[in-house]
Amino acid sequence: MSQQEKLIFEISSSGRRGVSLPPLDVPRKPLEEMIPTKFQRKTPPRLPEVSELDVVRHFTRLSQLNYSVDTHFYPLGSCTMKYNPRVHEEVAGLEGFSRLHPYQPPEQTQGMLELLYHFSELVKEICGMPEFSLQPAAGAHGELLGMMLVRAYHRKRGETGRKKIIIPDSAHGTNPASAALSGFEVIEVKSDSHGLVDLEDLRRTMSPEIAGMMITNPNTLGLFEKDIVTICNILHEAGGLVYCDGANMNALLGRVKPGAMGIDLLHLNLHKTFTGPHGGGGPGSGPLGVSEPLRPFLPVPRVKKEGDTYIWDYNYPETIGRIKAFYGHIGVIIKAYAYILSLGTEGLMKVSEAAVLNANFLRKKLSNFYDLPYPEVCMHEFVLSGRRQKKQGVTTLDIAKRLLDYDFYAPTIYFPLIVEEALMIEPTETESKQTLEAFAEALIKIAKEAESAPDRVKGAPFDTPVRRLDEVKAAREPNLHWNFP
Amino acid sequence: MNYVPHTAQEKEQMLREIGMESLEALFSVIPEQLRKATIRLPEALSEAELISLCKELSKRNSHLNEYNSFLGAGAYDHFIPSIVGTLSSRGEFLTSYTPYQAEASQGTLQALYEFQTLICELAGLDVANASMYDGATALAEAALLAIRHTERNKVLISSTVHPEYRAVLATYLAQIEASLVEVRMAEGITDASALKDLVDEGVAAIIFQQPNFLGYLEEADAFSATAHEKGALVIACVNPISLGILSPPGDYGVDIAVGEAQPLGNPLWYGGPHVGFFAVKKELMRKLPGRLVGATTDLEGRRAFVLTLQAREQHIRRQRATSNICTNQNLLALRATIYLCALGKEGLKELAELNLQKSHYAIDMICKVKGFSTPFKRPFFNEFVIQLPSGLTPEGLNKRLYKRGIVGGLPLKSFYPELKDAMLFCVTENKTRAQTDSLVSVLKEISKGKSPKATEKMIKS
Repeated sequence: MSQQEKLIFEISSSGRRGVSLPPLDVPRKPLEEMIPTKFQRKTPPRLPEVSELDVVRHFTRLSQLNYSVDTHFYPLGSCTMKYNPRVHEEVAGLEGFSRLHPYQPPEQTQGMLELLYHFSELVKEICGMPEFSLQPAAGAHGELLGMMLVRAYHRKRGETGRKKIIIPDSAHGTNPASAALSGFEVIEVKSDSHGLVDLEDLRRTMSPEIAGMMITNPNTLGLFEKDIVTICNILHEAGGLVYCDGANMNALLGRVKPGAMGIDLLHLNLHKTFTGPHGGGGPGSGPLGVSEPLRPFLPVPRVKKEGDTYIWDYNYPETIGRIKAFYGHIGVIIKAYAYILSLGTEGLMKVSEAAVLNANFLRKKLSNFYDLPYPEVCMHEFVLSGRRQKKQGVTTLDIAKRLLDYDFYAPTIYFPLIVEEALMIEPTETESKQTLEAFAEALIKIAKEAESAPDRVKGAPFDTPVRRLDEVKAAREPNLHWNFP
Repeated sequence: MNYVPHTAQEKEQMLREIGMESLEALFSVIPEQLRKATIRLPEALSEAELISLCKELSKRNSHLNEYNSFLGAGAYDHFIPSIVGTLSSRGEFLTSYTPYQAEASQGTLQALYEFQTLICELAGLDVANASMYDGATALAEAALLAIRHTERNKVLISSTVHPEYRAVLATYLAQIEASLVEVRMAEGITDASALKDLVDEGVAAIIFQQPNFLGYLEEADAFSATAHEKGALVIACVNPISLGILSPPGDYGVDIAVGEAQPLGNPLWYGGPHVGFFAVKKELMRKLPGRLVGATTDLEGRRAFVLTLQAREQHIRRQRATSNICTNQNLLALRATIYLCALGKEGLKELAELNLQKSHYAIDMICKVKGFSTPFKRPFFNEFVIQLPSGLTPEGLNKRLYKRGIVGGLPLKSFYPELKDAMLFCVTENKTRAQTDSLVSVLKEISKGKSPKATEKMIKS
């Protein structure tokens, strides 16, 4: 099979047509009568001129150049690349959901509103948070909303001097970016030698300027912040709030209600924990749960039950407003709803159980071959260091690329930033023992190759559609669209 | 249902290898008081039960395959060719993620490069990113870009921009204490002289929508001269399908064009997920939010694609990033790409014309009904405002239309108090003449009734 596919623009042939459009069934008016010439475009956009089969072949071939959960083990840490049940696609695609307009009045959409209301009830129960907003489009959007609420909360109390957010050095990059986007200054706290938030360092940073803290639990090293209750107390005593990044919720499903940890805000990544397919990078959905004191500030509208009827309620005078047009990523929420209903409490517990079992199984298998900076029992993921291999001249990037040759997607690499040459591995619960064994075997082979044939690793990948890319050139001479001849 | 593959025996073997005696022990690091949660959820469903429950819920919605809808206002009912769904739902696209390992993600990367090219072509601008959450957040991030670029702290927005987009922008700007000033409307479009009076050296950007929220074409040429003279950027929110026929924003001096790409092959889905696009002039390239795909070469000199200019992004730059975006709307951008390729150069133009012809037929027919009129005689694309006869409210009319299988236009009163008996109607290529005629014939019945009450009786009989 050819591993190269031309751009669709390169197979264009002037005058060729693709799909057909509905017929013009009304009397034709001259264009100028409707749109004065000055508003009309002078030259048409250069869209490709191709047949329907051209389009089918082109995108089918492109799809074959991708690794995906459907075709490959995809152990991308912190991304929870679990199996995406196909029945979810079927139910989300029902015409009674997908062919609904957001401005249809509630009396025409009672089934939809009931689903959204019921979904909120389910995630409230799973997380132990009193209310959720369904508006955030993705995890980072949930974080942004969370920071907006923290701001609104302090402002209401007249504490406008609280301008700083504490973030551990192991946090996802979205945390500091979200805090900054909502006007906060970021203060970093160090992790201790066990990979957990350093409580002494945290206590030292407390001041009347602290608005809150963003924490991920389990953290990005895959370790449970066992002092989370104390951390929340430290923040609360200083007048701050605690935001929990729920990216790693897969480890806790059905066992721990994050609300019980004492946190004030929590977002869920429906595309990670709750099986929304990742789509090559979205759509996601990042509903945000909040504690009681933050409820008044949540965005509008909110779905509400009045007797037997569901409505959109706009009447919250202290709301921060809207963060998105319409109501949220409904298509993704339906899939998460279907998932929770399919599993029930016991099913959710089996998810976290197998996710943690799989991660520890792999951790153990690899621990003799790679450095394990934090050797504790992990939760749903763990982080290896390639520093041993680096001494042999093989970097973590090389190891990641070599894995592609063994038919596995690569782990998240060079993250978290506090681990040298990091390889962050999250197997998820839907992978079998056999797959994990094969993956471990490949990583062990690569560790051996790093000693015996380092060039083999440094030159990888060899078997992918393209070899290693010149990323420096891509950044130095940006070519961000096709240049028509 | 359950998707965990382990047998009991495998679980035991795995535990033994780890050196743990029980599954519970794996969680022992979590303080006991936190592990005691009781979670009450409904009994788990089988696949068959799940499907029937969802079908039951979905049937309690009046969807647009059964109802004849005239709603638009930021979410549009266009025809979606079958290949858009079949190709985009291939597992290799659906179940991959952000293409961090480019060598194993060339399919997604090349499709995004094609998407960026198509958006540049539509907008007449130099650089487009790989998508935003939706049109509203794209608009808000465009304003933030302008504030950073100009180091100014005030943004002007026309009141003819989508009200929910304005609301989102207000929320975003409040965080950084930037000020937002609305420019009033005159006769269905932005009041150009009011805009001119408001632009000064403190303004970072002016924002308008083309066609505007009410469907009408803004006299956009004048805006850029007004703004650029004072050093402000010009941001336009545009409808991508209209660009099959309307001037591209790059031609009338726009610096940043954003918009909603839902009309390009994406389902309505009750308002989301939809997908935003974002295009800029070259000098703003390094200030773009979101992902960017670039072409480069591999070791063997072959063309290949990769995420690039990542120094702008949160995973590198953290709190100094141009945006906090991580997951965006890739699958919907892919659908838009497939849609535009399937339509082609002639197809998009033909599609835009179909929207024009059918919406103009509809307005002509509606305005022939006694008492119905349009308050603004202006060029429009596929949406327009209708003023109702006295004694008839938009909500009242919609209730009666609904009884006849019709979802009427959007009542405008809550967004524009001055348009209290007016509605926004949308007609796309997906509306047959028979469907428009059926709306018109119900309007005629209502108009003939002496009073709303009499009409009600007539409909009931």
